[in-house]
Amino acid sequence: MTSFTKPHIRRKNEPVNKLGLVRADYDGAMSTLCAGCGHDSVTASMARAFFELSIEPHRAVKVSGIGCSSKTTAYFLREAHGNNTVHGRMPSVATGAVAANSALTYIGVSGDGDSLSIGLGQFVHAMRRNVNMLYVLENNGVYGLTKGQFSASADLGSLAKRGAPNEMPPIDPVSLALSVGATFVARGFSGDREQLVPLIKAGLKHKGFGLIDVISPCVSFNDHKGSTKSYAHTYQYYHKAVHADYVAPSKDIKVCYDEGEIMPVEMHDGGVIRLRKLEKGFDPRDRAAAMSALANAQKNDEILTGLLHIDETHPDMHALNKMEDRPLNEIPYAELNPGAAKLHDLQKGFR
Amino acid sequence: MKPTDTRNPDYFHKVVDCQWACPAHTPVPAYIRLIAQGQYGDAYLLNRESNVFPGILGRVCDRPCEPACRRTRVEEEPVAICRLKRVAADHRGEIEDKLPKKPAKTNGKKIALIGAGPASFAVANDLAPLGYECTIFEKLEEPGGLMRSNIPAFRLPEQVLSEELGYILDMGVELKLGTPVESMKTLLGEGWDAIFVGTGAPKGKNLDLQGRYDTDNIHIGIDWLESVAFEHTKKIGKKVLIIGVGNTAMDCCRTSLRLGADTVKVMARKPREFFKASDWELEDAEEENIEIVVNHSPKAFVVEKGKLVGMLFETMEYELDAKGRIETQRVTGEVTIPCDDVILAIGQENAFPWIEADAGIEFDKWQVPVIDETTFQSTAHGVFFGGDAAFGPKNIIWAVEHGHQAAISIHKHCQGKMLTGRLPDEIEMVSTKMGMFEWRYSNSYDNSDRRQMEHVELVKRFKKLDVEVELGFSAEQIATEVERCLNCDVQTVFDAPLCEECDACIDICPVECLSIAPTAETEGELRNSLSVSTAEDGQALYVSDGLPLTGRVMIKDENVCLHCGLCAERCPTAAWDMQEGVIHIHHASDQDAISGGSRS
Repeated sequence: MTSFTKPHIRRKNEPVNKLGLVRADYDGAMSTLCAGCGHDSVTASMARAFFELSIEPHRAVKVSGIGCSSKTTAYFLREAHGNNTVHGRMPSVATGAVAANSALTYIGVSGDGDSLSIGLGQFVHAMRRNVNMLYVLENNGVYGLTKGQFSASADLGSLAKRGAPNEMPPIDPVSLALSVGATFVARGFSGDREQLVPLIKAGLKHKGFGLIDVISPCVSFNDHKGSTKSYAHTYQYYHKAVHADYVAPSKDIKVCYDEGEIMPVEMHDGGVIRLRKLEKGFDPRDRAAAMSALANAQKNDEILTGLLHIDETHPDMHALNKMEDRPLNEIPYAELNPGAAKLHDLQKGFR
Repeated sequence: MKPTDTRNPDYFHKVVDCQWACPAHTPVPAYIRLIAQGQYGDAYLLNRESNVFPGILGRVCDRPCEPACRRTRVEEEPVAICRLKRVAADHRGEIEDKLPKKPAKTNGKKIALIGAGPASFAVANDLAPLGYECTIFEKLEEPGGLMRSNIPAFRLPEQVLSEELGYILDMGVELKLGTPVESMKTLLGEGWDAIFVGTGAPKGKNLDLQGRYDTDNIHIGIDWLESVAFEHTKKIGKKVLIIGVGNTAMDCCRTSLRLGADTVKVMARKPREFFKASDWELEDAEEENIEIVVNHSPKAFVVEKGKLVGMLFETMEYELDAKGRIETQRVTGEVTIPCDDVILAIGQENAFPWIEADAGIEFDKWQVPVIDETTFQSTAHGVFFGGDAAFGPKNIIWAVEHGHQAAISIHKHCQGKMLTGRLPDEIEMVSTKMGMFEWRYSNSYDNSDRRQMEHVELVKRFKKLDVEVELGFSAEQIATEVERCLNCDVQTVFDAPLCEECDACIDICPVECLSIAPTAETEGELRNSLSVSTAEDGQALYVSDGLPLTGRVMIKDENVCLHCGLCAERCPTAAWDMQEGVIHIHHASDQDAISGGSRS
């Protein structure tokens, strides 16, 4: 626990974004996680991404489940909406919220326990539905809040703090997402915000479900020798495959990109994601190629990172279900509630 | 690039902006911490080691520390360092038994000190306890130099001055008042082991315009102030013009009000941004309804029938370039401003009519003595200069520092040692960690504004010449002001092998002064790649060794760090630590020690 707060100090010549806000305006309450927790670093990256995209904090929604990672929604964007839901049930609440008001920016923060054990079903179906949200999965391979038992993402052979090896195979959220047709699949590392911040920005701008699996070491229970989710292990086996930069819509966006080095992916909002290949012959727009690259990396004990798959063509939940684009709170009451007679007519059609 | 070498004492010293800016390198944050703990006597003594006159300087110092204060990086106003120094002096209690003592017996070396101002007293302060027989010669009937004759008593009470000079006289220093030294050659023939010239810059500049000598109502500022201080002048006309806008002009205009003037105008040739007076002295004068008139260049004194009736000015217009320098100037007209008296406060010079041309002391073409900037020795062996006498008008705190340095030289000279073989500064680093979330200093950032000094009401302060205007800080003001100090001497020290690159320090830093990045060839390249402050901001980048996991480096921008300690608080491996850097600046008494002196 902490007994201090980070003061809000405005210094001279502090950078401001398009809204005139400073980076610290995107902070939240003081983190109560352990000093050195990867999650705090991810929190800072999310705050920076919202700052750089100049998203008004009160036009964002933060949703989370239960766990160390799920606590972090309190630690950024203090002005945003938020809901700390039941364990593993964040995707349902997020789906409902997106259905009611699709005009806001949604970010879900969850962990390997919340997403891959108790909430596995919810997690998978939100991806299938292509709910328009960014889902950040802070993955440390242990249950930190309950003092370090292996989670479902712990690698085979990874050692617990007391030395016991993990003997069950892991669920890899990235492979899982690819297999159920997720349209934006990425992996990052809390220690590399050069990569992570642009990924979060791209994910927030992606129309549809964006998953970022972030390796985020547990400094208290999974940062020892023999752990495959420690800072040291991640830094050592970390492999960047693709770098993604989001470029906001602007007049000069229609520049030609050279074949090969940079691949542009046009986004629904008119912006572009510029993919910078770091791996030869790897095209993230090709799902099968992504799956094969992932399998190869796993075989070689590499942690493949970057924007591994993107598909901007697949319709999101709203489009699939032909839902109303206007937020429900903006629809006049008479239209929203046409009355008992109309309901009666509707019901007749099902008799 | 190479990692930062923090063993060089100057590295961390420079981070303590106030201490670095102080000519005598007073350890400001350390004495403010003592004040915060209520240890006023210890705060006074710590001050005194560096600046010798905390009570005097706590009122009238030029305070180069305050514009330098790190606090101005995040808000407008610096810590009221000077006022806190006065707090230490006002509440010091009984400290006499902790002052350097008169030695049981002298070492037989005789030192002549010319002029009883701050420079000579500082030399005597350093040398008398070592056994030197110091004799101060003063032409006036009171000691103190310009501190007595030029600084009015409403800014510096006589008692404060006498007490602090008395401490030094009590160390066995002989003071010969009313004894002007009239010949350097005679003095040189008297067998002194060393001579120190601390005669200041006693010659006020004249303004030789038409009408200058047709009346007795035109005064040279510093002479006039001296005449007021010694009660030879007790009144002045109703309408007074002050020519010049430096600190002497401020003392002249405020003194005029106390001698019966009712309309006092300070006439400036240039716009306000070119004023030489300190901002706070300008404010204090304006608070007393002094009018400061800009862009008026003196042309002639208007004297009718032997009586001064006014002064003729040319009104000026200036065009400034992008950097604020005057590019062109032109005269737009003329105006006569009526007055009864004019006081000239347009600068002063050092003058040595008593040093014969063949005394062996070389002067340059401006008639300024040729003085070594390290040793303060003139071209005559064993004759030293300090204070305004050495390099022209500066201020009291510079005079004190000159005195310290000259004392080291005199000590070495009398021992027959090389003057340049001086002990270098040293730094000692001590961790301030006391436990979880506990540090030996008040690390949390306090956003209080600078406390405003209370002043005596206008009507009351003009009743007598020596009513001190500033009342000093109240207990509440002290308690708040000490917390504004950022403790810049508590340094962030990084131990690269312990770092595991979790970024916790980077995220917690409230001013975003930390980064982890690949190293670069030069500091300039690093600055470009990291959006940090520029080299012009005056502080370095603290660059670590390669980090164990990735070989990148930890980089800290010393310019914006507020020394809040949150990086060290948040670090899971204690790679960051907050360590107090105690800088040892050596004086004459330390020179014989094998290692550095100690500071209690």
